Amino acid sequence: MSQAPMAEAVDWPAPAPGAAPMAKMIMAQAGLEARTLVRNGEQLLLTLIIPVLLLTAFSLDDLVKVGSGERARVNFLVPGVIALAVLSTAFTSQAIATGFERRYGVLKRLGSTPLSRTGLIGAKTVTVVGVELAQVVILVGVGLALGWRPHGGPGAAAWVALLVLSGTAAFSGLALLLAGTMRAEATLALANLVYLVLLGIGGIIFPLTKFPAAARPVLTLLPSGALSDGLHRVLQHGAGLPVRDVAVLIVWAAVGIALAARLFRWE
Amino acid sequence: MTEERGVEPPGGSRGVAPLGQQGQGPVTEERGVEPSGVPGVVPRASTAECPSKLASVIDTTAVEICDLVKRYGHTTAVDGLSLRAGRGAVTAVLGPNGAGKTTTIEICEGYRRPDAGRVTVLGLDPVADARALHPRVGVMLQSGGIPPAVRPGEYLGVLARFHAHPLDPVWLLDRLGLTASARTPVRRLSGGQQQRVSLAAAVIGRPELVFLDEPTSGLDPQARHATWDLITGLRASGASVILTTHHMDEAEHLADHVAIVDHGKLVAEGTPAELTGTAGQVRFRAEPGLDIEGLLAALPVGSAAKESPAGHYLVEVHNRVDPRLVAAVTAWCAEHGVLAQELRIESRTLEDVFLELTGRELRS
Repeated sequence: MSQAPMAEAVDWPAPAPGAAPMAKMIMAQAGLEARTLVRNGEQLLLTLIIPVLLLTAFSLDDLVKVGSGERARVNFLVPGVIALAVLSTAFTSQAIATGFERRYGVLKRLGSTPLSRTGLIGAKTVTVVGVELAQVVILVGVGLALGWRPHGGPGAAAWVALLVLSGTAAFSGLALLLAGTMRAEATLALANLVYLVLLGIGGIIFPLTKFPAAARPVLTLLPSGALSDGLHRVLQHGAGLPVRDVAVLIVWAAVGIALAARLFRWE
Repeated sequence: MTEERGVEPPGGSRGVAPLGQQGQGPVTEERGVEPSGVPGVVPRASTAECPSKLASVIDTTAVEICDLVKRYGHTTAVDGLSLRAGRGAVTAVLGPNGAGKTTTIEICEGYRRPDAGRVTVLGLDPVADARALHPRVGVMLQSGGIPPAVRPGEYLGVLARFHAHPLDPVWLLDRLGLTASARTPVRRLSGGQQQRVSLAAAVIGRPELVFLDEPTSGLDPQARHATWDLITGLRASGASVILTTHHMDEAEHLADHVAIVDHGKLVAEGTPAELTGTAGQVRFRAEPGLDIEGLLAALPVGSAAKESPAGHYLVEVHNRVDPRLVAAVTAWCAEHGVLAQELRIESRTLEDVFLELTGRELRS
C-alpha cells in the first residue's frame, strides 16, 4: 500500500544531523528573545518607558523631597531608576515571558532541540544583560541631559557593574522560580504586583530615609533595597564597594537559583 | 453510526467474524499479538529478546520499545507496549484518542521516564543520552511549542542556527506552502499553517529520525497532501519517521509499518497490506431488518454478513470479491424484493481492522 515516493518529493535532502556550536545557538536564541521583547508593547512600557518617565517627571518637579541642592533630585533618581530597570528586566519581564513560554509549550519544544537547558538559561542571561545595557545607556543619557553628575572615582563603574550583575542574578533566580512553579496568569499578576511594591519600598523614588528607622535595615535586606542602596552609595555618595549590599544580593541569588533549579517545571 | 459506538457492547461489532476458521483469514483479535507463525505479520520480539541483542537487528532499528509501562496516578496510559520501528521506514502508531500514543512518543523523545520497560532510540537512551540524541532527532509536538509572537521565517532561521547543516528556511517554507505567511506572527496563522510551521521546525536540522505527533490533525486536504509529500520525501531521503495518527488512510498511504494501539497496548502490527489482508467486501444499504441468515445461506461458503448500523449491510469474503458473489447478493435481493442501494465493492481498510480488533470506531 505504501506509495512510490512522489516525483517532486524525491529530491528531499538526505539527513545530515549535527548541532551548531553552543555559542552560536545561545546568540541565535538570545536574538530571538530580544526581538520578541522589543516588539512587545507592554514589556517595552515596563522596561523603558516607565523608568524614563519616572526619572524625567521626578527630576523636573519636587514631587518627593530628597534633599536640598540644585541637582539633588536627579542625583538621587538616576541610581534608583537603574535599580528599577534591573528589577523590571531581570524580574518582571523575564518572569512573565518565561511563564507564557512555559504555558505555550515553547520551553518543552526547545527541550528537544540541540540547545540544552543550560544553553537556554545562557540565552536568557545574554538577553537580560543586553537589555539592561541598553536601559542603562538610555537612562544615563537622559540623566545627564537632566543635569545628573555622578560621584565616585574611576572604580565606581566596576562597583556599579558588580551591583547590577549580582542584582540581575538575584532577580533572575526569583523570576524563574515564579515562572516555573505558577500558572502563567498568576505569574503575570504577581510579577507586576511585586514590581509595584518594590518600586514603592525599594528606595527607588522614595528614599529609604523616608521610612521609619526600624524598617530601614529590613528594606535593605530586600533585593531591590540592597541594589538601590548600593547604587546610591556608589553614585550619589561616592562610596567604595558596598560589601553588605552585594552580599545581600548574592545570598538572594543563591537561594533563588537553587530553589528555581529544584522546583522549575518545564511543562 | 452513533448506535454502533455507544449502544453496542464492546466487541459487539465483531459479529462479522468468523469467516471460517482457516486462520488465514482477515484479522482476528489474536492477529499480530502472536509472536510468529501468522503469515504476513511481522513477528514481534518476545520479552526475552527485547531489547534486541543481535547487531543486525540493532543496526536496522530506529526505535525499540520493550514492555513499556507509564501510569498517571491510577490511570495506566501505556500498558506493556512493545514495538520496533525500522530505520529508513515510516512507522505509524495508529489508535484512538487516549490510546497512549502521545505518552509513548513523548517517552521516546525523552520528555517522560517510563515506570517500567525500556526505550532505545537510535541505540541510545532518550533521557541519559539526550545531548547526543537531540541533534539527530526531529520532534513535532501534538500542539503548541512555537512562540505566538514570532514569525515563521525568523523562527525557522533561529532553529536553523542550532544545527550544523540545516535546510534553507526559505526553501522549506516554500515546500510547505508557507512563503506568503513567512512574516506573519504565528498567532495570526490558521491552525493548519501553525501545524506546518511546527512540522518545518521538526525537519529543519536534517534529522535522521523524526517524531511527528498527529502531523495532519486539523489540516485541510491541500495542506495534508503537502505534509504527506514531505513525509514521503523524508523517507526517500533515508530518514526514519515515526508518526501517530488516528486517520487510517494516512497510515495506509504513508506507512511501511503500522502498529495499532488501544488502551496502551499493541493490538496488531504489520504492513498496511498485511493488516487489511486480502479480504473483500460488498456493502449496500436497504431497509432495516433483512434476514441475514437467509442472505448468508444464498452466498458462497466462507462468506460473512452483518447489518450494522441498521439498514447498512456488509458481506465479507476472504479473497477478492468475484462477480459470482455480487450476483449472489443481488439475486437474493431481487428474490426478496429488496432494492440494494449504494452497492459498493471494497477492500478492507485499517478502519475495519481496528473496529474488529477493538470493537470501537477509530475516530471516536
